[in-house]
Amino acid sequence: MIPQAFAYRRASSVAEAIAILQEDSGAKLLAGGHSLLPLMKMRLANPATLVDISGVKELRGIQRVGDEMVIGALTTHAEVAKHPLIRTHLPALAEAAARIGDLQVRNRGTIGGNLAHADPSSDLPAVAIAYDARLTVMGPAGRDVLAAEDFFLGPMVTALPDGQVISSVAVPIPASNTRSAYVKCPHPASGYAVVGVAAAVAVSADGTVEHARISVTGAADCAYRARQVEEALVGKTASLETVHEAAQYAAEDGWIGSDVYASEEYRRHLCCVYTKRVLQKVLL
Amino acid sequence: MEGSKCSVTLSVNGTSYTREVEARLLLVHFLRDELGLTGTHVGCDTSQCGACTVLLDRKAVKSCTVLAVQADGCEVTTIEGLGRIDKLHPLQEGFWEKHGLQCGFCTPGVIMTAAGLLDENPHPTEEEIREGLEGVICRCTGYQNIVRAIQYAADRTHQAEPEPVVEVAASAPTGAQDSLRQEGEDA
Ligand SMILES: Cc1cc2nc3c(=O)[nH]c(=O)nc-3n(C[C@H](O)[C@H](O)[C@H](O)COP(=O)(O)OP(=O)(O)OC[C@H]3O[C@@H](n4cnc5c(N)ncnc54)[C@H](O)[C@@H]3O)c2cc1C
Ligand code: FES
Ligand code: FES
Repeated sequence: MIPQAFAYRRASSVAEAIAILQEDSGAKLLAGGHSLLPLMKMRLANPATLVDISGVKELRGIQRVGDEMVIGALTTHAEVAKHPLIRTHLPALAEAAARIGDLQVRNRGTIGGNLAHADPSSDLPAVAIAYDARLTVMGPAGRDVLAAEDFFLGPMVTALPDGQVISSVAVPIPASNTRSAYVKCPHPASGYAVVGVAAAVAVSADGTVEHARISVTGAADCAYRARQVEEALVGKTASLETVHEAAQYAAEDGWIGSDVYASEEYRRHLCCVYTKRVLQKVLL
Repeated sequence: MEGSKCSVTLSVNGTSYTREVEARLLLVHFLRDELGLTGTHVGCDTSQCGACTVLLDRKAVKSCTVLAVQADGCEVTTIEGLGRIDKLHPLQEGFWEKHGLQCGFCTPGVIMTAAGLLDENPHPTEEEIREGLEGVICRCTGYQNIVRAIQYAADRTHQAEPEPVVEVAASAPTGAQDSLRQEGEDA
């Protein structure tokens, strides 16, 4: 299928992209195109103008800056999955990126596009929330920083103000006693998460859970922080019993939905099963 | 609405082409309709089947989900550019030897996906091959012989590796893919 006709502009800097978005209210950014072009081919999205930012050098690259990993918005899933520092410090992000879609999709899709698109079944939102990532966004008034936790508002709805560009994602490197992981139940056709759970959990020397951030994607209208699971973990001894007790709250903080593939009841069940699995990975 | 026309210059199988195209033209249609390279197939509308896979700057991508204008300045390799009829690429040979196809519709995309995989990971395990094939759909073979064909190609490439390959591996990386691979290996 062929998209509706549109005007094509290539931006060579973030400033230029912002300027085009300002002067043309029908313009949309194009990064890897692996969420936007499928929608345009189906004519579910018909932007008047595409602003191709894929050539903007300042949006590329992965760097360690102090205690954070700063990942340029245009970094592809394949690059994230392979990067040695990300694999070492942010294993849940490397795992999630490595399991997005398929080899070809990972070669094109970008972290910025994935978060901006905010598909309720995307993998990266859960990981970004669990790691307490911050999105740097640039607009006509300058730069701003948004917490991933507050970014996802609904299906394909985010807190990104109109006309702004995500320039990078900063992820704090967790303390050395933190273990993190991402597990998902992939949709058999698309690979998207029917349910995906990311966890970053710190355990003290005596085996007590000190800190826990858990996030669930796929199950609800958008990725959410499973606060009741976190509360059931903190202060408890890391044990199978604690895992089972905490995992039962996995569906409590989201608006769990039904679709042709999975009913609400089944998704709630999957939330608990996959939360149990991810907690077993990081705690036991 | 009037579609904007853009000039694109890209290299396909080693030959440079410049064309004025509509911005909405997909790379797969550019290859098939503008250049007559009909080896690259279209099997779906949903970016899922992988029949359209080509190498874009040495990486396997679905050409139905890339605009021709996005490939401006890039190098594209299609199935037509992989081997010659008198000197098949090890993957083409593998598909022949191991009966890796039946109707053949998926085959160009599968081979180009495998070429991208082997470029990054010359000696994949069976599991890595199967994971690498997630983005291609074959309605005929059941994949078993496709996996064997790719294993054959990986072995062949390995055997056929002439002496200087050791030197190449030890020298500085030559492209983006190499630097990516090096980072992976450091991990
Ligand atoms: C077959 C298939 C399977 C997939 N499977 C999965 C999966 O399993 N898990 C998963 O998480 N994803 C999956 N995806 C989606 C994939 O990860 C996309 O690449 C990603 O969601 C979007 O990134 P992109 O760079 O392609 O963005 P684009 O498609 O270019 O853009 C998406 C949206 O984000 C906006 N945007 C892009 N970049 C920025 C920026 N820097 N700042 C502000 N806005 C921006 C665009 O305007 C657009 O609205 C799949 C896609 C396909 C085609
Ligand atoms: S034609 Fe099916 S993925 Fe491109
Ligand atoms: S050989 Fe027929 S679809 Fe693969």
